Amino acid sequence: MPDGNNKSLTFSVRKLRKSFGPVEVLHGIDLTLRGGEVHAILGENGAGKSTLVKILSGFEQLTGGELHISDESGNSKQIDAWDNAIAEQAGVVLIHQEFNLAEQLTVAENIFLGNEIKGRVFLDKKTMRAKAQEYLDILRSDIDPDATVGQLPVSAKQMVEIAKAQAKNARVLVLDEPTAVLTQQESQVLFELIDRLRQAGVAIVFISHKLDEIKQIADVITVLRDGQLVGSYPAAELSKDDMVRLMVGRELSSLFPEMPKVSETAEVVLRVSNLLLQGNSTASSFELRKGEILGFSGLVGSGRTALMETVLGLRRAAKGNLGSVEIRGERVDFKQLSAARSKGVACLTKDRKGNGLLLEKGLVFNFSLFSLHKISALLIDTKQEEIAFEKAVETFDIRMKDRSIAAGNLSGGNQQKLLLAKILEAEPSIIIVDEPTRGIDIGTKSQIYHFIAQLLASGHSLILISSDITEVIGLSHRVAVMYHGEISGVLVGDEIEEVEIMRYATGLKNKNLHQEILDKSGTSNAKA
Amino acid sequence: MPKLDLKTAGPFIALVVVFIIGVLVNDAFLSSGNLSNILARSSFIGIVAIGATFVITAGGIDLSVGSMAAFISGCMILLMNALMDSIDSMLVIIILAVIASLGIGALAGLINGLLTTKAKIEAFIVTLGTMGIYRSLITYMADGGTLSLNFTIGDVYSEVYYGVFLGLPYPVWVFLGVSVIGYVLLNMTVFGRHCFAVGSSESVARYSAINVDRVKTATYMLQGVCVAIATIIYVPRLGSASGQTGILWELEAIAAVIIGGTVLKGGYGRIWGTVVGALILTLIGNILNLTDAVSNYLNGAVQGIIVIVAVYLQRGAWRRD
Ligand SMILES: Nc1ncnc2c1ncn2[C@@H]1O[C@H](COP(=O)(O)OP(=O)(O)OP(=O)(O)O)[C@@H](O)[C@H]1O
Ligand SMILES: [Mg+2]
Repeated sequence: MPDGNNKSLTFSVRKLRKSFGPVEVLHGIDLTLRGGEVHAILGENGAGKSTLVKILSGFEQLTGGELHISDESGNSKQIDAWDNAIAEQAGVVLIHQEFNLAEQLTVAENIFLGNEIKGRVFLDKKTMRAKAQEYLDILRSDIDPDATVGQLPVSAKQMVEIAKAQAKNARVLVLDEPTAVLTQQESQVLFELIDRLRQAGVAIVFISHKLDEIKQIADVITVLRDGQLVGSYPAAELSKDDMVRLMVGRELSSLFPEMPKVSETAEVVLRVSNLLLQGNSTASSFELRKGEILGFSGLVGSGRTALMETVLGLRRAAKGNLGSVEIRGERVDFKQLSAARSKGVACLTKDRKGNGLLLEKGLVFNFSLFSLHKISALLIDTKQEEIAFEKAVETFDIRMKDRSIAAGNLSGGNQQKLLLAKILEAEPSIIIVDEPTRGIDIGTKSQIYHFIAQLLASGHSLILISSDITEVIGLSHRVAVMYHGEISGVLVGDEIEEVEIMRYATGLKNKNLHQEILDKSGTSNAKA
Repeated sequence: MPKLDLKTAGPFIALVVVFIIGVLVNDAFLSSGNLSNILARSSFIGIVAIGATFVITAGGIDLSVGSMAAFISGCMILLMNALMDSIDSMLVIIILAVIASLGIGALAGLINGLLTTKAKIEAFIVTLGTMGIYRSLITYMADGGTLSLNFTIGDVYSEVYYGVFLGLPYPVWVFLGVSVIGYVLLNMTVFGRHCFAVGSSESVARYSAINVDRVKTATYMLQGVCVAIATIIYVPRLGSASGQTGILWELEAIAAVIIGGTVLKGGYGRIWGTVVGALILTLIGNILNLTDAVSNYLNGAVQGIIVIVAVYLQRGAWRRD
């Protein structure tokens, strides 16, 4: 950990420009980072935040402007050569939103990856392991240095990334949307850690679309709009409304629209009864009514995604599963997603990179992949495809400077919008969305919520899995909470509030328990 | 943008270069007899390579095509000879053999497909295995020697290879037909899109409601059918089959596909590139035949080098992106 004597550290950019081919995406940005400060960067999807921090950390080359960094004694000087290796040498470390960890290696091996400590001939594994333990201790993390990274939950992976940054002696730590994949509790742990790094004199850059978080931890806020610098402000001077106004350039109406009511007698469009998931002993049951949003809350790994993917046939149910799935009263047993789709059921995956988009393929290719059956008889009607894409670009406000880019070159939030557009283009009537607004800016979020309200009004039904608890509370008619692979409660009306949801999510309360004790006269409920 | 153009144009430029070399090396090269011979010969490899384009685009590989061709040749010859006793019409016999050939090809592809998808064995291993199996079967069927087609049928059937329509041999027309159908299938249909998607990422394909196993199996069946078509026009050329038939066809087919710009790791394929790739390979073989500078026996070595270089260039271009 840095000694805390480099409070004088400054790292700044002047008139920074960046073009991809002929297209300029950053138009002269000025920014100064200081040791001991948390510097938040705020902006809509595609504003250029990720591109900016990639330049800071040497992953992308600037096409205009200057970089200045102060040395140990506090003298600032212009940098003439800058790439990833030089940046890390200078202590500037970026933690990408998509992690860069070797999944098969252990935590300790990852922390020292590319930075190995050598003995005389072989790697000095013992020292590395001890050091890794030391870094993890400083982070007050109880992760086992010998654990395989692939087995760890996301939050732990992030911790490993940060430990890895420490091994590189980071003076400037850049975090691109670190909390997008974390639960609120996990985010709080991260913030405590950021606070400690700040006190140690590290300069921290923090990108997030969650304004509460920015309010909580930022010292300075820099706002970008469409590749232009709007300005840098002391965080204390900006309210959340100010932030939105600076970001979007206008006032925002209410985030959550008025949701249409669902009558008690509305048709049950999806009924899951006693479905037994793999690796579970308790079966799950729930119902979804026409025009309803059923929220699913729970901690990471509580089995929400597994439950939905089992319903859809993307995963196998447990052996000996006696449960059933009914769509509008008709019993179904999906083996393939195409079968679900033809019954009007579709799902939005939370793993955008692994399951959602083909990052090296074009935008239109990705957009229509899930709905090709709609636009093809013998051959694909590419004209119709083009028209549908244009319409989706408008509906979902997908922003790009150039239509011919690959999906992977869209900004993170715009990739998410493209994925949403891809799924909805198949016109499903029952839509299961898993973390639908991950990485999406607040303006577009509100747009998507209003769009969802319209879908409901026209008779669609939605299952919403989200770790954003305000989103679940703001949108859902009812909320099912999962705990250790079972639905511990379905909350309605006034029960739908944060504390109560957390009680069910952490197992403090469980509506089944009572039931089960009655049913099985006290057979063991003490599952792991 | 210019880089993209070069990528598309690369194989065509290479074709022109090889052609010019041919012209410079030997006067006989430009004779219409030689040119139509080149086209006819490239048809076999070309047709097989069209099938391979689908397999590779969808992320698979099929090493069994050469021995499959030999096996199907043997089956056709045995069947036709056997039918001589019971059926009078040569035409009917040939048509039955053609149907059988297509059926065996599709079935062989189905087996490769099911073994890779349902039994989840790597395509490389599965097709290496079936390659050995078919090669050994044809050797067994020919009892270590050569199976010859009955002379009377051979006479009628030879028209398929030697016949000419509008100045071009029939095999060239078949090649053209298969190419056009292949192009439409890969670039304009849902199936083609699915091949690209499966080759790019099986998990994204699965979450896009694509039946990955079915798509992959279909590409192997398509490959089998293409091998059968190539065999149908190949059998009348020699009128025989042996353990040596179709040797190294898999190398040539894969080489043609890769030279044409299809990406070996899957996700991107080009039919016209494959056609050009097949032409380049045949041209090179032909030029080696016409010169004394390099022995004709080294043809396989030259092709091997070309594949390796082509993949190397592809990787390089890939990284720069
Ligand atoms: N490699 C690339 N090639 C072409 N364009 C690119 C590339 N990388 C980024 N862009 C474009 O640069 C612009 C800014 O993207 P960037 O990823 O920096 O946005 P962002 O502010 O991080 O947005 P988000 O909040 O959605 O993550 C976008 O229009 C994007 O499409
Ligand atoms: Mg970004």
